[in-house]
Amino acid sequence: MNVRVPAQVLESLLIPVSALLAALLLFGIFLACLGNDPLAVFHSMVRGGFGSAFAWRNTLERAAPLMLTALCTALPAQLGLIVIGGEGALVVGGVSAALAGGLAFEDQTPWLAIAAMLIAGTAAGGAWIGLVGWLKHYRGINETITSLLFNYIAIALMNHLVTGPWRDPASLNKPSTRPVGSAHMLGDMPGLGVHWGLALALALCLVCYTVFRQTTFGFAVRIAGGNPRAARLAGLPVGLLTLITCFWAGAAAGLAGSIEVAAIQGAANASLAAGYGYAGILAAFLARQNPLAVIPVALILGGISASAGLLQRSHHLPDAAVLMLQGIIFITILSSETCYGRLQPWLDSRRRA
Amino acid sequence: MNDLAGCGYPGHAAEVSHARPALEAIGLCKRFGPLQVLDEVSFKLGQGAFHALLGGNGAGKSTLVKCVMGYHAADRGTVLVENRECAIGNPRDAHRYGLGMVYQHFTLVPEMTVLENLVLSRLPIPAMIRWREEKQRLAALMEEMPFSVPLDRKAGELAAGEKQKVELLKQLFLQPRILILDEPTSVLTPQEADSLLGMLKKRTRSHRLTVLIITHKFREVMDFADAVSVLRRGKLVYSGPLAGQTPARLAELMTGSEEIARTVTREKVEEKPVRLEIDRLDVASDHGARAVKELSIRLRGGEIFGIAGVSGNGQQELVQALSGQRRPDRGAIRIDGSPYAGTRREMARFRLRCLPEEPLRNACVPRMSLAENLALRTFDRPGFTRWRWFVDAKAQKTQARELIERYRVHPPEPERRLDTLSGGNVQRLVLARELSGQVELLIAANPCFGLDFAATAEVRRQLMQARNRGAAVLLVSEDLDELLELSDRIAVMFEGRLTYESWTAEADLDTIGLRMAGH
Ligand SMILES: Nc1ncnc2c1ncn2[C@@H]1O[C@H](COP(=O)(O)OP(=O)(O)OP(=O)(O)O)[C@@H](O)[C@H]1O
Ligand SMILES: [Mg+2]
Repeated sequence: MNVRVPAQVLESLLIPVSALLAALLLFGIFLACLGNDPLAVFHSMVRGGFGSAFAWRNTLERAAPLMLTALCTALPAQLGLIVIGGEGALVVGGVSAALAGGLAFEDQTPWLAIAAMLIAGTAAGGAWIGLVGWLKHYRGINETITSLLFNYIAIALMNHLVTGPWRDPASLNKPSTRPVGSAHMLGDMPGLGVHWGLALALALCLVCYTVFRQTTFGFAVRIAGGNPRAARLAGLPVGLLTLITCFWAGAAAGLAGSIEVAAIQGAANASLAAGYGYAGILAAFLARQNPLAVIPVALILGGISASAGLLQRSHHLPDAAVLMLQGIIFITILSSETCYGRLQPWLDSRRRA
Repeated sequence: MNDLAGCGYPGHAAEVSHARPALEAIGLCKRFGPLQVLDEVSFKLGQGAFHALLGGNGAGKSTLVKCVMGYHAADRGTVLVENRECAIGNPRDAHRYGLGMVYQHFTLVPEMTVLENLVLSRLPIPAMIRWREEKQRLAALMEEMPFSVPLDRKAGELAAGEKQKVELLKQLFLQPRILILDEPTSVLTPQEADSLLGMLKKRTRSHRLTVLIITHKFREVMDFADAVSVLRRGKLVYSGPLAGQTPARLAELMTGSEEIARTVTREKVEEKPVRLEIDRLDVASDHGARAVKELSIRLRGGEIFGIAGVSGNGQQELVQALSGQRRPDRGAIRIDGSPYAGTRREMARFRLRCLPEEPLRNACVPRMSLAENLALRTFDRPGFTRWRWFVDAKAQKTQARELIERYRVHPPEPERRLDTLSGGNVQRLVLARELSGQVELLIAANPCFGLDFAATAEVRRQLMQARNRGAAVLLVSEDLDELLELSDRIAVMFEGRLTYESWTAEADLDTIGLRMAGH
């Protein structure tokens, strides 16, 4: 009877990995149909993602926002909610950060300006998804739909702001907000050449794991997620738990947006909606909604997207090839959900035979 | 001494099965992980028999009938319907062979109305549904029934008793030749149960129907069944005619040598202050109607207040309002004089506990382990946390082991997922959680629903003990005998109001019956 727990653990490793391999196989077939050598392409992907210090830096810089947007889906999942609004929360967070950095705190000391940007982005993202949670709990509106629609609203809002009222007149061919200024940018971690956002993302994943898996708060969230009726019977404030969890989730994505602004773009513009939010959904599902597993998954996905340039250059693959791979992974991961819970019976029947 | 398995004993079998058996199972085996739930179970259902299947909680009754229905795949064994071997891979196959079943846990689609649920259960679903005709047919069918169900309500809004009636109606609507019932009467009043079983019995007489019924109520077995099978821990210990069996003998077959809790007598308790005060309470049901109307109750410590009534008269909403699952619209609930709003802090402070109906749906988290479910009340209390904010899994497990042993939850594995427990064991687990610790105010709704007789005796003993200790107990039940046995005061609830109230010792049964029917 002690075999049961390992079988579950084994499943949660084995199934995502096999799904990932199956996706690579399908992608390989696709490549072969295009006349490429799949193995060579895979080799380039590894090289482009992890082959050199430059590649690693590129990968890590993409992994950081992925981890955060993945949390935006993984945390509400503990409550049984499927939130796919990471993109919107990231955009809202980025715009708020740019506003805080570029307008309000322009003349302040750098650390104050940076702190203001991060906090503004986090709070705005949190409020954004918090609203989704509120609509879900108090108005019974499906959270998946609202969060998806909220993405469109966020992007439209950003486009309006950066092309309209908050547009920097100096930004000619790419409408942006006023730049926050190089003195106020989030710097690199010494010796790594990667900005501090990565450290923040890693830390947040660890904190979320601890909070949601080990504290009484996380336990309460899991009860509410498993059966809200039982949670109410135990006197737990299900609405409040929903709001807090959704706020945390949005805050993570909002932080991703402010890091994009504070460390990479220097201003809010259309490049914020680069798809990190959507890739984050994929990362969360691949990680089985586990905040800790999000870290390695984000690294892999970050590596894949970092290799896009190399694929384009050396195999003449279109930019969308990487997106296509992501899509295939998503499909195989979702299909693999049906495989859970079968290993144990199979092991039992083997043992008996 | 109990293993004198009468199964397949030709003389008796011939008596019961007037001709060839309607259904026969041979050597059914089923394991769940390390647990052998069914061990070489063989039995026959005579044509037109009314066959009872008995066994303690977790004996494997539900598993046995689910294997027959193709809901679970048996590891070994065959099922014969009218002497033909049948490969029943899923309940739809079973349906095709003329088998129908009412499950222990409800299977209605909560978001659909009762009418839709009933019509969609028919296979194949016609390409076009004439709703008006269907409704008329159902209404006609309901005429013959001893009860009626609201066809236009959503299934999810119904109380347990009403759901059970819909499930029954569904099967009668489908008209199977062999009907399997898994504890169909547990939430019906005895009168309803009698008329239902009487109706089924009449149908078996004319050989139109063969019934296999799982029940924990010996009275029903003695009154209606003509054959009986008894399971104990997955083994068939008796299968044969009912003639010559006594309830005591059957109980012995079921339990082997397990001890049965003796009843505790009602002790004289000095009059205590009012603990629970409900003042002109209005509670709305899911669809917005007023389910509880201006209800007032005053409940003292050391007293059991029983509320009788047919399911669906607002009892569910009242219990939900008290257990924190539903917010009342108007009126006040006060405990020990201070207002109560169903928060966790208040529950802990007033030591309020709750035994709701349908425990799997209302009181447990199916995906979590037994230990975690047992910790629902305590996980954030001192002694169960580390560094104030962290869950102490070890303390939870220690608590679980102790409770599981004390309340004889089977199988005794704290790590096991809750949804793999049998119905009665889920109930025991909730009891263990809610009755442990110093309870001072207990809200119980049909607490013995689905328990075997040993566990039923245990629960009643616990309720009485809590009362004797000075706790206030509000007992909502559809079992009038239970209420008469346990409560100090008894009331009848009809359409959201208390229409009768009296000391149990002075209660008039006829008036109670009339009030329950709304007269
Ligand atoms: N899906 C499952 N996985 C693992 N174990 C299971 C599963 N279903 C049932 N069991 C176990 O099988 C045993 C028999 O369960 P079953 O539901 O058949 O009992 P039962 O006789 O119907 O009891 P009750 O009167 O309590 O309903 C129980 O010990 C239960 O824990
Ligand atoms: Mg059962």
